[in-house]
Amino acid sequence: MKSFTILLKNELKLNLRNMNMVIFAILMPLVILLIFGFIYGNKPAAEGEAYTFMEKSFSALCCISICSGGLMGLPLLVSEYRERKILKRFQVTPVSPTKLLTVEFAIYILYSAASMLLLFPVAALFWQVRLHGSLTLFLGCWLLTMLSTLSLGLLVGGIAKNQKTASVIACLLYFPMLFFSGITVPLEVMPDIVQKIVLCMPLTQGMQLMQTAFLGLPINNSLLTFAFLSIVTLLCFGSAVKYFKWE
Amino acid sequence: MQTVIKVEQLSKAYNGQPVLDRLCISVQAGTVFGLLGANGAGKTTAIECILGVKSADGGKVFLLGHHPQKERRQLFQKVGVQFQQGDFQPEIRLAELCEETACLYEAPADWQKLCAQFGLADKLKQTIKSLSGGERQKLFIVLALIPNPRLVFLDELTTGLDAKARREVWQILAKLKSNGLTIFLTSHFMDEVEVLCDEICILHKGQAVFYGTVEQAKQACNCTKFEEAYLALSGEEATI
Repeated sequence: MKSFTILLKNELKLNLRNMNMVIFAILMPLVILLIFGFIYGNKPAAEGEAYTFMEKSFSALCCISICSGGLMGLPLLVSEYRERKILKRFQVTPVSPTKLLTVEFAIYILYSAASMLLLFPVAALFWQVRLHGSLTLFLGCWLLTMLSTLSLGLLVGGIAKNQKTASVIACLLYFPMLFFSGITVPLEVMPDIVQKIVLCMPLTQGMQLMQTAFLGLPINNSLLTFAFLSIVTLLCFGSAVKYFKWE
Repeated sequence: MQTVIKVEQLSKAYNGQPVLDRLCISVQAGTVFGLLGANGAGKTTAIECILGVKSADGGKVFLLGHHPQKERRQLFQKVGVQFQQGDFQPEIRLAELCEETACLYEAPADWQKLCAQFGLADKLKQTIKSLSGGERQKLFIVLALIPNPRLVFLDELTTGLDAKARREVWQILAKLKSNGLTIFLTSHFMDEVEVLCDEICILHKGQAVFYGTVEQAKQACNCTKFEEAYLALSGEEATI
């Protein structure tokens, strides 16, 4: 446990020094929140709805840092460590692959949490965003969305042959998720066919779950989504550990 | 005496080209063993196969009685390694790297003391990439010693060091050896090998062409200087 804390502390410091994730996982969601806030203010999401557009978008904003960290930061970091032979150095120490991967995983959990903790007070203060549903349920949905997306990223970093491949796969996952999963552009404005495709992405599913929980809407038929996200998490994390390669 | 490194019939080929051919090595506790050979002779592959970082095609390896791949985690509690091409996280500082390395072991050495011993005490806040070649090389040795190891592997440990720094490293290694540490090294400096190594093995195209002490190497080819003996034995003489 002590080694986990020290590794996490040092790796987090290195990650912060690098600044990429501070920009893409912390600042970018905040900027988008501000832009949405200035455009939509306190307007209701639709004529006659009990919640505002900002309240409806809050879950999507929380997903930006999950998307940046999980589908860009994490896979690139793991593949960079392998390509630069940093993992090879760890291979001749007693550390287990699971511990190393969990440390890197935990860094992006912290980014996602930090982003949400920053977004909520700002949204609440300036645009009176309120949580309409249960906090526990919302946090549960957030956790599951985050874990499934990060696991997917970990798997990409774990099995990509080199940094270039990882970067290509990361881009193929990151940009569609960012633009088509309803995070930055609302799902409803997209053509039917695009909507159908993006509904298969774990992040889209997770985000809709978070949105339902945040707005306090009935969550009855969401068991399937819970199961889907749990399976994605276990399968991806398990495979990332199982097929882990030092070099 | 205890055998710390036992290598039997170790073979490895890349794309059908043999790079290691039935290498056998046996190193006793508390001795220094030198693996020599020209660039491309197979030294690094030998070290990587012995450590289990690469899988050999054939042969057996036991380090401190452990199978390096099956018992990796127990083994590397007691073994320190310095690779020839080690890379580090960009932006990492010396103190962070040492701390991060030390935390992986059950009973690590005091890394601050080691850094002081190697003259790195005032560099702790510097990034690794800002260190000079010599300082970096010293740091690699510090990292290999952090586990408080019973056995260390040092691949070209003094490459990049100036004459004075090399002598300092020799003294430190001699002292560690007198404390019972077993050292496996590769080097291109024959003066260093002569001072440090109890036994050597010379590789040529993946095969052991000489195995014995430095004195035996000199006798084998009637040379007074070890470097001449090395060149003759390693088949490098003709190209000089």
